[in-house]
Amino acid sequence: MRGVSWHKFFTNKMALAGGIVVVLLFIISLLAPWISPYDPGEINLRMVLSPPSSNHLFGTDQLGRDVLSRMIWGSRISLKVGFVATGIAIVIGIILGAVAGYYGKWVDITIMRFVDIMLCFPAFFLILAVIAFLEPSIWNIMIVIGATGWMGITRLIRADFISLKERDFVQAARTIGAGDPRIIFVHILPNAMASVFVAATLGVAGAILTESALSFLGIGVQPPTPSWGNILTAGKDNIDIAWWLSLYPGLAILITVLGYNLLGEGIRDSLDPRLRR
Amino acid sequence: MLKYLIKRLIFMVPLLIGITIICFVVMHLAPGSPTDIQTQMNPKAGAELKERLRSMYELDKPLYQQYISWVKRLAVLDMGISFSLDRRPVVDKILERLPITILINILSMILIIGAAIPIGVLSAVHQDSLFDKISAVFVFVGFSIPTFWLALLLMILFGVNLGWLPISGIRSLNYEYLPPFQGLIDLIKHLILPVVLSALTGLAGLSRYMRSSMLEVIRQDYITTARAKGLSEMTVIYKHALRNALLPVITILGLSIPGLIGGSVIFETIFAIPGMGQLFYMSVMARDYPVIMGILVIGAVLTLLGNLIADVSYALADPRIRVS
Repeated sequence: MRGVSWHKFFTNKMALAGGIVVVLLFIISLLAPWISPYDPGEINLRMVLSPPSSNHLFGTDQLGRDVLSRMIWGSRISLKVGFVATGIAIVIGIILGAVAGYYGKWVDITIMRFVDIMLCFPAFFLILAVIAFLEPSIWNIMIVIGATGWMGITRLIRADFISLKERDFVQAARTIGAGDPRIIFVHILPNAMASVFVAATLGVAGAILTESALSFLGIGVQPPTPSWGNILTAGKDNIDIAWWLSLYPGLAILITVLGYNLLGEGIRDSLDPRLRR
Repeated sequence: MLKYLIKRLIFMVPLLIGITIICFVVMHLAPGSPTDIQTQMNPKAGAELKERLRSMYELDKPLYQQYISWVKRLAVLDMGISFSLDRRPVVDKILERLPITILINILSMILIIGAAIPIGVLSAVHQDSLFDKISAVFVFVGFSIPTFWLALLLMILFGVNLGWLPISGIRSLNYEYLPPFQGLIDLIKHLILPVVLSALTGLAGLSRYMRSSMLEVIRQDYITTARAKGLSEMTVIYKHALRNALLPVITILGLSIPGLIGGSVIFETIFAIPGMGQLFYMSVMARDYPVIMGILVIGAVLTLLGNLIADVSYALADPRIRVS
């Protein structure tokens, strides 16, 4: 990545801790079939709502399913939603931001007005409304979170493009006959990727939070597919008798989101000061 | 100033048009026509309801005509009739629930401003002190914590275990028998958790923003000048630096309004507060489309108004804006 001082990044303990959390989560979700002690869907009616024990480290839920196993499988959902939703937001953001910043004039005005309009909607309202009209499947959720979260990235990329397009190396590329798409994607975009990477890392954190809130409200990932948010729904229903159902999945969300936020901020702090805003 | 205000108001018109277009697009996202879904979902819905829906959405006309007549009805606050059993006008259902939502959001906003500015200023002035480090941890955790989960934990702690605070609704059962002052205390007790929780994310974000804005300002030459001419540290920080550091923060405050309004869905649902957010959640679950559309429009218009207030405050605080 151009413009990132890796030395500075690796001496930042908070950022490093965030990075370790993120890597660990990848490993856990990759190894889910081998490391989860039980089948996440295995119902055991003799073990309904049993508290944490040596057999079930995080206890069991209202159907006697092992909470730890469901959380391990739930990490896959979080990662999937986080990455796909952010990926969608980044693709939209890069294209609109690059076009607006590079071409300027009415193209810029039109796109940025559109950004202003989208920013008027409370994102959570828009997501809920769209999901009410469609079906609350995991793919719809990822698309909707992505389609309502690209505005910040568009603004970032646009600002980078406005300042980069006047630089000498762009003029040089133009002189030797490079076309607009080549200048945008090959010459300018790589120089703007560092700030996109920061926004993406923070975006994953936000998408994971949104998915968990949607699933908690029962409009997100639908049972029996385990997600951290929908385990918490069961936690809320059994709030006075089964604290473990509420405590552990929430902690998992907190640690994950914290990890991505620390990583993102760490990378931002190690950006070349000339690129940092 | 008046000229500036008029300019901002004119600027809002294209945004309003854009908002209605996006709402209209969302409304037509559903596969098939809205009448199909509504009648499929509801076995009791007969030909009469389907016909009424068709005429309400004017589905037989071209799309742009549908849009125009929808906006025309919207302009006179005719948002149609709710699909739910009570069959009441959407606008009545929303308006009766709006005050409590706005009250909670304003209280949260006051809490955000009142807490984030001192936290940000103190961490910047005493950079790398213990306070700065503790507040950095608070900011990161506050920004990353799933607030609906924290709401559950606080409900267990304050509601179930300690029994200090009520955990649902906005009034106790015996509310009618309480004298006015105790009635107010009762309301405050019900609002503490929802207000604090909905303020938390914004509070964390704004403290961090305030800190970096302040750090930038105290490095400026005019602050050195103020110190050099012998002003006390208090005057330098709170009169010269703070005013300038606050300016960019006003914009961020405006940008945090949609998040605050969006959060009302979560907190009003968890704490059973009869506001617009809870109505929205119930309507989404029941697929009560006219109410969903109405709240979507009103949520966006509220954000727009919030941004207008932020812009005007910015202009009041910074003379450079209103002159240019």
